[in-house]
Amino acid sequence: MLEIKNLHVKLEDEDKQILKGVDLKVEAGKVHAIMGPNGSGKSTLSYVLSGRDGYEVTDGSAELEGEDILEMEPEERAAAGMFLAFQYPVEIPGVGNMTFLRTAVNAQRKARGEEELSASDFLKIIRAKAKTLKIDADMLKRPVNVGFSGGEKKRNEILQMAMLEPKLCILDETDSGLDVDAMKLVAEGVNALRDEGRGFLVITHYQRLLDHIKPDVVHILAGGRIVKTGGPELALEVENNGYAGILAEEA
Amino acid sequence: MALPEVKQSATEARLSALSLPESGCLKAARQAALSRVQTMGLPSRRDEYWKYTRPETLVQAEAAKAAVFAADETPMFSAFDRLNIVFVDGVFDAEASDDLSLEGLTIDRIADICCKDIHWAKDLYGVLEARGQTPVERPLAALNTAFATDGVAIRVTGKVSKPINFTYVHSDESSDAILHHVIRVENGAEVTILENGPAASRFNKCMEIDIADSGKLHLVRAQGRDHERRAATHLFTRLGTESVFKSFTLTVNGVLTRNEAVIELTGDDAIAHIAGACVGDGDFHHDDTVFITHDAVNCESRQVFKKVLRNGATGVFQGKILVKEGAQKTDGYQISQSLLLDGDSQFLAKPELEIYADDVACSHGSTSGAIDEEGLFYLRSRGVPHAEATDLMTLAFLAEAVEEIEDADIAADIVSRLEGWLARRR
Repeated sequence: MLEIKNLHVKLEDEDKQILKGVDLKVEAGKVHAIMGPNGSGKSTLSYVLSGRDGYEVTDGSAELEGEDILEMEPEERAAAGMFLAFQYPVEIPGVGNMTFLRTAVNAQRKARGEEELSASDFLKIIRAKAKTLKIDADMLKRPVNVGFSGGEKKRNEILQMAMLEPKLCILDETDSGLDVDAMKLVAEGVNALRDEGRGFLVITHYQRLLDHIKPDVVHILAGGRIVKTGGPELALEVENNGYAGILAEEA
Repeated sequence: MALPEVKQSATEARLSALSLPESGCLKAARQAALSRVQTMGLPSRRDEYWKYTRPETLVQAEAAKAAVFAADETPMFSAFDRLNIVFVDGVFDAEASDDLSLEGLTIDRIADICCKDIHWAKDLYGVLEARGQTPVERPLAALNTAFATDGVAIRVTGKVSKPINFTYVHSDESSDAILHHVIRVENGAEVTILENGPAASRFNKCMEIDIADSGKLHLVRAQGRDHERRAATHLFTRLGTESVFKSFTLTVNGVLTRNEAVIELTGDDAIAHIAGACVGDGDFHHDDTVFITHDAVNCESRQVFKKVLRNGATGVFQGKILVKEGAQKTDGYQISQSLLLDGDSQFLAKPELEIYADDVACSHGSTSGAIDEEGLFYLRSRGVPHAEATDLMTLAFLAEAVEEIEDADIAADIVSRLEGWLARRR
């Protein structure tokens, strides 16, 4: 599904190397978790994969189903099946949530040569999906993320994911700012999307989210490199010993 | 005091090309307005409120030619049940207009009133315009009062069931129109006024609106898509106790537009909102000059102006809130913002507050900026192509102004025109 080889990334405006040779392969149907201390490059990885400005790839490659995504525009990556659930979802005053979602869904369908969804079909689908995420009609009408609580913003991200049905979902610290109940709700939303044909890359600081979204593989990212890979038990190790213990071990 | 020589001669040149129309009961008002023009002189670049906008083409004796735009979309507001009043190059067109009778109001042509000795409009025509000359002079409005050749007087006595729509057709590339409307909204009466079209190659329009206690007037106007036309419009509104005035103006294109609004809150608990959205490309110059006076207790005023500028277009905003002594509990808000789609465009803003009461809440802000990159990336990361995402962000920028339109159908018509303008520039 996603194959990253020897990925080197620096900041565009600064002489600062963030990723120093990341190798990662996420198979369809699998959930990979990336854990790591602050400043290890976790968010940079998610932004580079989704095409945000400000980063320069100096070496290496990233392919989604065999296609080089690093040369694509963000919207082309989205149409190819890439989705990033933002750590800090952006507020867009003046654009209705529903309008935004319909525009996005139809833009992707159009880019893939599929027929656009009619307004009534779209409504039916979104109402059903919103309901399971406890998103009410008012949240759908309001401007994108404006005045949403932390939990509402994250639920809104998962709703977008559910509507867009991507092939690869990247969740960037989706647990940040969530209380236990909100985290459960979000995790249920994610689990409902787990599917043989879909891969997940879950970026998190803490093991807690992984109690709810059970990973198949856990990676530790530190200093711009993946320093350790293991099963779910690796997350527990982090929880018990902290990153310092693991990094000392690897050094 | 004698006028500077340049101003004197420019004013004389303009006046010599005009003659006072048949006046009847409006004669005194017209003559008084003419003497105001002679005293003030017509605007020149040296005047404080004409620093950002060149008045020459609005003042010169002959109007510059302006190509007539061939419409390729459904005329605005045409889907609504309305009473339509049509002016072609500034002349009332009875054939094209609807029957001017409707329950809850009376409509008379200014040209007809001029043949009468007595008419209610006599007490309003030129009155608010004259009041609006201090502390800032507005000579083009006085010129209008003196020389307007057409227009209507509307007296609203009840809750009017459908909007009154002015359609201003531009058909002659040399047209030079001066229109003057007066509207009196009586106690508790309500009406919606729509205006649409460029009107003429050069258009000088003045509208005086007097709203009595508990009256309501909702005004939505669109200035057409003709690009070469020039327009100077004045809106003078006086509000009584618990009355409401809401206005929104859409401007797309136009080499020169100067929209002045002078609003006076004279009765307690009155509300005045004035908003505008404009989108301009290239040699576009758009100026909103607003003066709101709070002269009563517990009134609310809101100014929301948004300008989208590209390819060297220019936007101007001069807005003032004056809170007079005793106008306690005033709630005044003013925001003017521009979205600059490139580095060549410019926005010139002069927000002003002058407050003589101590228990008021007034705020004003003015910003100029590019499209929010964060928002743009968010939309694109969901698959919305760059151009479409830019348009969505642009409409979002304009939303606060458009939201000032109360009627959802009217707002939807306005938004569809903005979408069209943006789509044509992708």
